Amino acid sequence: MALLEVKDLKVRVEEREILHGLTLTVNEGEVHAIMGPNGSGKSTLSHVIAGKPGYEVTDGEILFRGEDLLEMSPDERAAKGVFLAFQYPVEIPGVTTMNFLRTALNAQRKARGESELMVPDFLKKVREVSKSLNIPQDMLKRGVNVGFSGGEKKRNEVLQMALFEPSLCILDEMDSGLDIDALRIAADGVNALRSPGRAMVVITHYQRLLNYIVPDVVHVMSRGRVVKSGGKELALELEASGYAQFEDAA
Amino acid sequence: MPAVQETVERVKRIDVDQYRYGFETLIESDKAPKGLSEETVKFISQKKNEPDWMLQWRLEAYRRWLTMQEPTWARVDYPKIDFQDLYYYAAPKPKKTVSSLDEIDPEILKTYEKLGIPLREVAMLEGVEPKPGEEDPARRKIAVDAVFDSVSVATTFKAELKKAGVIFMPISEAIREHPELVQKYLGSVVPTSDNFYATLNSAVFSDGSFVYVPPGVRCPMELSTYFRINERNTGQFERTLIIADKGSYVSYLEGCTAPQRDENQLHAAVVELVALDDAEIKYSTVQNWYPGNSEGKGGIYNFVTKRGDCRGANSKISWTQVETGSAITWKYPSCILRGDNSRGEFYSIAISNGYQQVDSGTKMIHLGKNTSSRIISKGIAAGKSQNTYRGLVTAHRKATGARNFTACDSLLIGDKCGAHTVPYIEAKNSSATFEHEATTSKISEDVLFYCIQRGLSQEEAVGLVVNGFVKDVLQQLPMEFAVEAQKLISISLEGSVG
Ligand SMILES: Nc1ncnc2c1ncn2[C@@H]1O[C@H](COP(=O)(O)OP(=O)(O)OP(=O)(O)O)[C@@H](O)[C@H]1O
Ligand SMILES: [Mg+2]
Repeated sequence: MALLEVKDLKVRVEEREILHGLTLTVNEGEVHAIMGPNGSGKSTLSHVIAGKPGYEVTDGEILFRGEDLLEMSPDERAAKGVFLAFQYPVEIPGVTTMNFLRTALNAQRKARGESELMVPDFLKKVREVSKSLNIPQDMLKRGVNVGFSGGEKKRNEVLQMALFEPSLCILDEMDSGLDIDALRIAADGVNALRSPGRAMVVITHYQRLLNYIVPDVVHVMSRGRVVKSGGKELALELEASGYAQFEDAA
Repeated sequence: MPAVQETVERVKRIDVDQYRYGFETLIESDKAPKGLSEETVKFISQKKNEPDWMLQWRLEAYRRWLTMQEPTWARVDYPKIDFQDLYYYAAPKPKKTVSSLDEIDPEILKTYEKLGIPLREVAMLEGVEPKPGEEDPARRKIAVDAVFDSVSVATTFKAELKKAGVIFMPISEAIREHPELVQKYLGSVVPTSDNFYATLNSAVFSDGSFVYVPPGVRCPMELSTYFRINERNTGQFERTLIIADKGSYVSYLEGCTAPQRDENQLHAAVVELVALDDAEIKYSTVQNWYPGNSEGKGGIYNFVTKRGDCRGANSKISWTQVETGSAITWKYPSCILRGDNSRGEFYSIAISNGYQQVDSGTKMIHLGKNTSSRIISKGIAAGKSQNTYRGLVTAHRKATGARNFTACDSLLIGDKCGAHTVPYIEAKNSSATFEHEATTSKISEDVLFYCIQRGLSQEEAVGLVVNGFVKDVLQQLPMEFAVEAQKLISISLEGSVG
């Protein structure tokens, strides 16, 4: 059974259809890249999978391990292992990153019927992961993303991903705003999470990221549909010739 | 499971609509006849075995009250109160002086057990100390005065406090045992003629707490008063008087609950604080009176006058309040900065949900030289509630070098509620520096979704974001109160979204 199956998905936002019948299948252990011009609906797809309010699914379905994802509340989806690294992570003033991580992790564990992680175990884990991502400890004492640089915000997303150990990771433009070194560190962090039981959907505009996180499948999205899928060489092709050829196909 | 945790768990199982302290204790009570007259005032005074000067003081207030009008300037709306349709005094029976816990009606103790916040206090009431090795360094001893309806039922740690020279007792007892202190200070901060409700309180107050900290003494523990209204149709009019003599320090906590009822209940308290030279008083409140049900039926009318007088040089008074309950809150804890270099602070979290109406804020009256004040107000409005910050900062002609900083932030949850900021600023001399900042924002859907995507439920997400919003004020509370206040905030916002 596929981990994620999006079938002929049609989505409207404020009376306007954004996704016009999108189909995508992701199996466990695979890494998929989604590329496509601005406004083609990549973030919309990621939001609908995560369950963000404001989107109306008018047709199609999304199955997660064969279960109807659209029937689940967004927090249930998170507890089941759906993780979205946001293109624009928000700031939460007054809530320390550490407190946030612990609250969220325990909420997920509770929803799965697991016990709360003991504080020492939790701290140990956070320390390990943040070290590997080059995140200084004082950053964890600050409000979530408050005053973080663009790159720090993205690293904080990867930190959460590493901590929550989701089975489906959707990374929406995690490379935007990262300098070259930060990009490598974040990509290494992501690569370290690749495992046979976990799949990733990497949304990006740049082939460069895919040199670090090498995908099994590359999809091209245009005007609310997947218009072409192929191996990692498809990304190189796009880099060379742009999206124009696919605009017609859409 | 720790008591607090257990309470929170239990509370979570209750409907949004059900106020968790809404149970009533079946005990006989000793009530004054319904209505207000000179006879009622005399009845109360007699019940309390008061000296004649006290009775005369009350009667004067009563006569004054007859000439006064209920204020209408606040942004609150409620049907006219029939003051003749209320009971002004109710004491739990059997009525005799209580010297130890064993003598308290077990029903009352059970009530305390059922209450969320005071579970900790019950342990304290019972004098339960943490076991060795289990001691939490943050968990200090707290002396509690429990006021049930109109009567103080127990005050703990009296002996230990006495050793330090601190007087902490029901005010009814202080009137008999320390008349010189009471006569000197009662009404010296909030005069009997002050306002409609304060005057009413002066006539009919039945009990409350009295604290006197002698010169140079740092009170060895937190002092706390726990108020509860139980009787139907009964007004609760407690009176608190705290005096910090020269160079002393005291931190005082106040908590309250009331059972769930269809009719509204009146609560009109007066709190007076006096800080002499170099003294400091920290007064914290967690107000959790019954707010009424989701249709706006029932709930406490909370009309409270709280004022501190920084009477001495270099004195300091700090008010911290977490207001989550009551159908109507009308409350402006204020500071009169009389002593040179004195300092006043007001830290407030006011949450309104359902049909609650809050009109709260502070007054900082700068009279002395180089006085300073700081106001941090966080208003959170949800449901169909209205939440107003009303503040006044004034500098007298002679108050050279007066400084004030005010920051008022409002957060709206949903689009059927309202937040309002009404600041008055008056500087009568040119050397005063007053700064005012205000913001109003809606809780961000994107921030909520971010939290929910990470596994928090909608309500947990709102609780987390709001707790972040009020963090600066929560930090002002003593540790054990802060933790509980945090949970109370999340609970009182349940059902606010969705
Ligand atoms: N809340 C909204 N209201 C109106 N239109 C929206 C909304 N959200 C998205 N859209 C529209 O949907 C289309 C797809 O947007 P989306 O953010 O999914 O694109 P994207 O592929 O992620 O683009 P980018 O590469 O720039 O991030 C755009 O035309 C956008 O304007
Ligand atoms: Mg996008």
